[in-house]
Amino acid sequence: MSTPSNRPPVLIVGATSDISLALARRLAGDGHPLYLAARRIDAIEADARDIAIRSGQPVTPIVLDVTQTGGLQAALAALDPAPHVIVSMVGFMGDQAQSEADPEAAKVVIDTNLTGPAALMEAGAVLLAGIDAPTALVGVSSVAGDRGRARNYYYGAAKAGFTALLSGLRQRLAGTKVAVITVKPGFVATRMTEGMALPKPLVESAEACAARIAKAISARRMVVYPWKWRILMSVIRAVPEPVFRKMKF
Amino acid sequence: MAVLTPISGWGRYPRIRGELTAPRSFDDLEALVGSDGPVIARGNGRSYGDSSFNAAGAVSMLRLDRMLEFDAQAGVITCEAGVILGDVINAVLPRGWFPPVTPGTKYVTIGGMIASNVHGKNAVKNGAFGDHLAWFDLMRAGGDVVRCSPQENDALFRDTIGGMGLTGVILRAAFQLRRVESAWIRQDRTAHGHLDDVMRAFDESEDATYRVAWIDVLARGRNLGRSVLDIGEHALVSELPAKSADAPLAWKTRRKKAVPFTLPVSPLNGLTVRAFNAMHYRLGRAGVGQSLVDWDSYFYPLDALLHWNRIYGRPGFAQYQCVLPMATAHDGLVRLLETISGAGRGSFLAVLKRLGPTCGTLSFPMDGYTLALDFPWSKPTARLLDRLDELTLAHGGRLYLTKDSRLSASRFTEMQPEAGGFRAMRTLDGSAGSFSSLQSERLGL
Repeated sequence: MSTPSNRPPVLIVGATSDISLALARRLAGDGHPLYLAARRIDAIEADARDIAIRSGQPVTPIVLDVTQTGGLQAALAALDPAPHVIVSMVGFMGDQAQSEADPEAAKVVIDTNLTGPAALMEAGAVLLAGIDAPTALVGVSSVAGDRGRARNYYYGAAKAGFTALLSGLRQRLAGTKVAVITVKPGFVATRMTEGMALPKPLVESAEACAARIAKAISARRMVVYPWKWRILMSVIRAVPEPVFRKMKF
Repeated sequence: MAVLTPISGWGRYPRIRGELTAPRSFDDLEALVGSDGPVIARGNGRSYGDSSFNAAGAVSMLRLDRMLEFDAQAGVITCEAGVILGDVINAVLPRGWFPPVTPGTKYVTIGGMIASNVHGKNAVKNGAFGDHLAWFDLMRAGGDVVRCSPQENDALFRDTIGGMGLTGVILRAAFQLRRVESAWIRQDRTAHGHLDDVMRAFDESEDATYRVAWIDVLARGRNLGRSVLDIGEHALVSELPAKSADAPLAWKTRRKKAVPFTLPVSPLNGLTVRAFNAMHYRLGRAGVGQSLVDWDSYFYPLDALLHWNRIYGRPGFAQYQCVLPMATAHDGLVRLLETISGAGRGSFLAVLKRLGPTCGTLSFPMDGYTLALDFPWSKPTARLLDRLDELTLAHGGRLYLTKDSRLSASRFTEMQPEAGGFRAMRTLDGSAGSFSSLQSERLGL
């Protein structure tokens, strides 16, 4: 490390996740001031402080619930200085069986993974449109959205929707200074996947995933999708429906 | 369901399969401490032997790694036990501060540094890490958290510093940093053809901050103990060349190489080690003089080669580090060196340092000389190390538990008379039933 240059502020929403914290440490280390948003301030304060000490950058914890879509625009406008990069790391796996049985539970999964993040991206697009510099909206989706599976199809459906939304938004904002970046992490060793039996070669650390995202932001890449997953999912997508129906994974 | 993973210290001997649990919160940690069977906290696994795990496994502190407070005026940092020393340096050095004491690797945790009461090359002038602690919080048997400092719970404070995690789990700590003007060390290197010469050079440099000698353990006769001595001081801005003086606290991150896998057969044998030691001495002698070295290369030369412990192959290796009091140090070192070179079992790197007194009931450092060696693990090595134990004991010395994987309980008790009291304390306050490592069981602690 050496003395970091002054870079534009970044807002990370859903900042309590392992990938978020790894990304935050990395971006602050690269010289970006940060806003770290969580639904409860006490869930993020200590980490914000930790990252501020490590990096010497200002790291501000804020309260934001993307499912309260009405307040997002005002909440973003209140940030001063304004963030130039807005990352939606919001995600919630939910309990598949519960989602099947209870439409309200299913709604929470859809709202947390699609409705809320979509509203955040829209509000972000309005904010960034007013900034005369290269800016970026980063949406973290999932490979689970590439094809619905019995195990987690509510989560998958919401993520599929979010991936489509990011693709459309990118087209809409083509020709502006706002880049739209879709991130599809594969299996990442985090709190969410802890205890799941995952194939080791396909699991990466939160730090590795964060490094990938940070690199995509600085290179203004459109899609972050590990090559192993690109190959695997193109095979999975190509499996004919009658066969896929009987597969167990 | 318990997932068993291979666990070992940095020396990769001994190795067990156990459960490595990494709590994310102090509540989760409390549940583990209160659960069935004794536990032991483990940092980043840089102690060499069997002090950081027991037969069941270990509790990893690596996820409890938040920096909590940094007072950039007073130079006091507060952090959770799992914070890595190198990350502290990255955070504080740009603002003109440096750890007061550092071991030879920056990949240690703060909790581990306290439990080992680590020392550095400045042990005479600055003591050990425990001497710079403002306070720490300790989770005791049963889950109670106790604040310990030189003023508060001072007996427990001393028992925990160098206490190898056996009094409880260190949760967070505050310690005083050292003011520095630059990220550079002004190094003065001298070569000495014999042990007597290098010991004289140590005597004549008592005012220096950092002192360390690399010793050719295989040299014999009139070359016995020939060494290269490095003396270091934090460079002042006025001592830097113009281009570094502009940004004295900036540095470039070193490129790191890694040993990618454990070698099936170690390339380190009698021949290569002899050649390496001789080469190291000759190169050192050729490099005599003053130079400016960046902090990372100066303090952590081995950190540039990640996983360097894999070089020793499947069997792993044993570090041997003893300290001898001033009065007997010369004779003792001569006997140790003669024994090692006589056995023809050289150490890849052998380090000679001066140590000074420190706090901590079981702490290793004392006013004297310390010799640190590493040997590929084998039966003849084990026999040689037993012989070195006898010599250390005969000269009033003792061993560094952080490096140890094989010392016997009886020799340990003879070397460290405080062991009896420590054991009694553990039985009395219940920590014996809650905290244990393979090492503590072996040593009867």
